[in-house]
Amino acid sequence: MIKVENLSKAFGPKLAVDDVSFTVERGEVLGFLGPNGAGKSTTMRLITGFIPPSAGRVKAGGFDVQEQPILAKRLMGYLPENAPAYTDMTVVGFLNFAAELRGLRGEAKRKAVSRVVDMCFLESVLYQSVETLSKGYRHRLCFAQSIIHDPPILVMDEPTDGLDPNQKHEVRTLIRRMGEKKAILFSTHILEEVDAACTRAIIIDRGKIVANGTPQELRQRSEMAGAVTFRVPGQTKAVLQDKLQQLWTVRKSSILSEDTQGVSARAYPQPNARDGELEQSLFELAVRENWKLTELRTEEGRLDEVFRSITSLDTSRAA
Amino acid sequence: METNAETEARPQESALRAEGSHSHALGNVAAIAKRELGGYFNSPVAYVFIVIFLLLVGFFTFMVGGFFERGEASLASFFVWHPWLYLFLVPAVGMRLWSEERRLQTIELLLTMPVTTWQAIVGKFLASWLFLALALVLTFPLVITVCYLGKPDLGVILCAYFGSLLMGGAYLAISCMTSAMTRNQVVSFILSVVACLFLILAGWPPVTNMLGHWAPRWLVDGVAGFSVMPHFDSLQKGVIDSRDVIFFLSVMAFSLFTTGVIIRSHRAG
Repeated sequence: MIKVENLSKAFGPKLAVDDVSFTVERGEVLGFLGPNGAGKSTTMRLITGFIPPSAGRVKAGGFDVQEQPILAKRLMGYLPENAPAYTDMTVVGFLNFAAELRGLRGEAKRKAVSRVVDMCFLESVLYQSVETLSKGYRHRLCFAQSIIHDPPILVMDEPTDGLDPNQKHEVRTLIRRMGEKKAILFSTHILEEVDAACTRAIIIDRGKIVANGTPQELRQRSEMAGAVTFRVPGQTKAVLQDKLQQLWTVRKSSILSEDTQGVSARAYPQPNARDGELEQSLFELAVRENWKLTELRTEEGRLDEVFRSITSLDTSRAA
Repeated sequence: METNAETEARPQESALRAEGSHSHALGNVAAIAKRELGGYFNSPVAYVFIVIFLLLVGFFTFMVGGFFERGEASLASFFVWHPWLYLFLVPAVGMRLWSEERRLQTIELLLTMPVTTWQAIVGKFLASWLFLALALVLTFPLVITVCYLGKPDLGVILCAYFGSLLMGGAYLAISCMTSAMTRNQVVSFILSVVACLFLILAGWPPVTNMLGHWAPRWLVDGVAGFSVMPHFDSLQKGVIDSRDVIFFLSVMAFSLFTTGVIIRSHRAG
């Protein structure tokens, strides 16, 4: 439903988005990760048609966003960075305005507003001025306007920014649920959101895509993926390391902690070791040595490690 | 518009294409105008403006314009001040039109909706023009006064109101344009005042003399033609000359068109 083809955007000499291509189909929730200034917001602005690209194109629902903007924009709901809203309106006034611009009138408009007020828990602030809303409510309001016309495509820029943990959970659940029938693209800094809500994730750095895959695939890129963490009571690290050296499946090992109770260690698999071989050989070793393991866990790899290894520090560019 | 597959959506979309873009245009303009008008009345701007406008109009008409001294059954001493009153008051109405959108970042919401930039520009302009018309309508006590005191030519008065509305609209459109240039309302105000001042003074002897020293005759006449004064003057006297109406409408059209250009250039980065 969203098709981005070789999209580029330059602001003067600076290339904010560099030849980016990807798609988001119905039923997919794509997470957009990247350091600050990487080009996430700019990409979203290109997709929603707020700014024109320097090269490449975007298609939403088959319509080119630049050539047929009205038709494309009808299919999209957008939650911009900082959740803007007209401060001189009331909550219900703002939602009515959004509904009108989406072509809803009369009974349909009333129903749509009522629906999003329920979904976003805005009943208690319905007649309050937008100016007086807390950050959480502002975000919910802006979120509500983005779904008021039940669009098949949702583009959201940091939808949980500034929300408390409860609100974050609510929003993520909502996104996951809506993602079953819609094509959703959202950007975030929070890596656990990727697991919580995304079916796929893209990491973007300095305008370029540096990783694209399911959360599991991305985690595999981590050094930790496939490593086995275990705890052996009543042993010393010297003995442990000696025994681990002898296993061919172990590429390297590191001691996590050592105390009077025992040793905690992590073993990293050889690249050519098959799935499960490392666990197997460790288990067999434990049996041979009569170690009473109190912990044996295969690590999945951590996204923040992957993120850190393939992106650079804040590129400090104003969007 | 909810369908299950994109292919199913296509036949519906082409039907939408046929009726959609035109039938919604007026609706969008109306929705945007309604919002903007509501915005005026939700802030002190509307009330302060109207009160000050009416007070100043009253002051200038009676005290400075010598309404009673003249003994004429006409509102000439009322209308003669409009170009000057509008000079400062109209930019105050128009300065927030686009500056606020950029400051609040709601422009990003507005322009990613299925509305064209034109619909947004026209909607906002119409709202502010309507507001100005409302302020003008509130001067009706003056009409009642002059009708009570004498037998004025109502046709002339109506024509003069029409001219005043057109002139106010022209100033407003310029204000619209300057407000799109900057996030800062004060800068917008100042730029607007300067631009409108130019429009007033363009035909003024000191200006034409200065130009006359080095510019050819046609240029001097051309610049002088930009002035609102002669155009408003004849309308004020009850003469509806199409050239005057066209002049004001052209200023409006040009300014609103430029507004669109400015907005687009901001987005293109």
